[in-house]
Amino acid sequence: MSNLKYALYTGCTARESTPELLSSTMAVAKKLGIELILLDEASCCGASHLQDFDDFLSLVLNARNICYAEKLGLDMITICNTCQLNSAMTKERLDSDPELKARVNEKLAEVGLEYKGTSRVRHFQYALIEDYGLENIAAKVEVPLSHFNIAPFYGCHNIRPSELHHEVNGGENPYVPTSLDDLIAALEGNSVDYESKNKCCGFHVDLQAPETSNALSGTALLDAIDNNADLMVTPCPLCQLNMDLKQDSAGKQLGRDIELPVLHLPQMIALALGCSKEEIGLKYNVTKATELA
Amino acid sequence: MSDKREITIKAFRFNAETDYLPYYKKYTMEVGKDELILDLLNRLKWEHDGSFSYRRSCRHGICGACGIKVNGKATLACKQNALELVELFGEELVFEPQSKKRAVKDMIIDKGDFWEKHAAIKPYVETKVDPNPESESTMSQEQVENLLDADYCIQCGSCHYACPVVEVNEDYFGPAAFAAAYRFSADPRDEAAKERLEATSKMGPGVWDCVKCYECAEACPKDVNPIEKIAKLHNMQFEQGVAKRNVATKHAEGFIRSIKKFGYLDEQDIVLYSEGLGVVKHLSEAFKMIKAGKVHPFDVMKKKMPRSKNLDEIQKLIEISQTNELK
Repeated sequence: MSNLKYALYTGCTARESTPELLSSTMAVAKKLGIELILLDEASCCGASHLQDFDDFLSLVLNARNICYAEKLGLDMITICNTCQLNSAMTKERLDSDPELKARVNEKLAEVGLEYKGTSRVRHFQYALIEDYGLENIAAKVEVPLSHFNIAPFYGCHNIRPSELHHEVNGGENPYVPTSLDDLIAALEGNSVDYESKNKCCGFHVDLQAPETSNALSGTALLDAIDNNADLMVTPCPLCQLNMDLKQDSAGKQLGRDIELPVLHLPQMIALALGCSKEEIGLKYNVTKATELA
Repeated sequence: MSDKREITIKAFRFNAETDYLPYYKKYTMEVGKDELILDLLNRLKWEHDGSFSYRRSCRHGICGACGIKVNGKATLACKQNALELVELFGEELVFEPQSKKRAVKDMIIDKGDFWEKHAAIKPYVETKVDPNPESESTMSQEQVENLLDADYCIQCGSCHYACPVVEVNEDYFGPAAFAAAYRFSADPRDEAAKERLEATSKMGPGVWDCVKCYECAEACPKDVNPIEKIAKLHNMQFEQGVAKRNVATKHAEGFIRSIKKFGYLDEQDIVLYSEGLGVVKHLSEAFKMIKAGKVHPFDVMKKKMPRSKNLDEIQKLIEISQTNELK
């Protein structure tokens, strides 16, 4: 596989509290010979909170991000499910509504930009599977993950609403998602089958309703633990933060001890491809994960 | 060649009057390509066990009575082809009530919480009508389209019992009530919009407790897309000046502060700004993040913050595109 080249929209988290997500993404791309051009002009996607405050403004900002991928003539790749949702939803709304697109472009014209709708917007997870291929990934494995039971946690915004995503996520069914399980198998890990794999972690209400967030994240973590998981993996840094950081408070609320390393998807792939410890960045994981490398 | 397939149905069985705990019972049957889940429910009762109980009425997707869950998927039994679900889940279909904790008998639940919340948001047009009007009250095409298909809701409860917040927060209105709140508040004849917006802006029962999981959009058999209406209600709170300054509204509005300065969200600032003094409850997590090297508490000059290239464009776009305000 060669000549794969994408515009990478990092989102905020990968440049701030989860630097390990960016370093491991870049390391995986390097190992596989995929070229990633950083979209340094891009802004925050609004994380679906700005959308609650000012829907139109968030459309304009997300459209602007996509403009920069279009200018490069490349597809846009995201590494956060919520960035994926907001970018893809903006694209879908503008592409299907010429009047709305014109209103947004009127604003973008003020800064010399135009949204055309020429770039696809996909999460890195699905670009890897669709364009690079599971077999080709399997062929690059240097450190098989065969000694780990890995619980895949899909994260809402890659799989729901399915109508929005189905053209860019391989038609993944939100009730029976399989892509992460397949990816784990390609890296020779044992994927854990558990009910919570396609459920919500509660991140988006963590400030205003921490009890809800703890109940959801704690239930999913305990479900994985009760099904013998050694670690959890997720393509979404917001799920990762919530589930990695809040294990004590979720455990306290649910009356059980919770301790389970939670890895970003590229961290897991980087482990199997034999990337360096610095690139994998397990020291940045809050629940101890350094022993995995 | 026969189109029929032999499948197993694993049905949730429970009688609140006689059983201490629910149990599951398996039934095998041959299923044809045109059979609906409702047909299977009927055959379970008629051919296997007359005591099996479920709700049904209209048989064509309008009364909303026959909602159940099949392998965890919210299903309106009379609209769902059975073999489609066999394709999805394999040859064992698990039939369960929409909410196991509200089970009364087998598939039948006590839907009282749903109806109570639905009624509480005034799911009707409230207006003072002239009993002898000169002409009929009409709506423009645009006004009708603005209802966004919210009036297709049949109150089947699929979204309500698929919602993880409803499951853990008993005060929460839930997606069906919110969709109805939007539908009637967007109606130009209605005069209770402000009242509904106030009710749905409260912390705990209101829209700010939505986790944005999109389970409701996925569950709805009528494509009502409740979460789209939840986002509308959020925006309407600001448009109509109903939003009060609290942790959730500041969290939503606070994104603009950061994006103006950096292009990116300042993750520390958004917590400080939204919580105010309440920030102390995050101290133990903050220490964990500092220890792992994830945040930089002494970076007062924000030297570690990333900054978008062409930040001036972002600032200009905010200046000319921002439509809402938090007063």
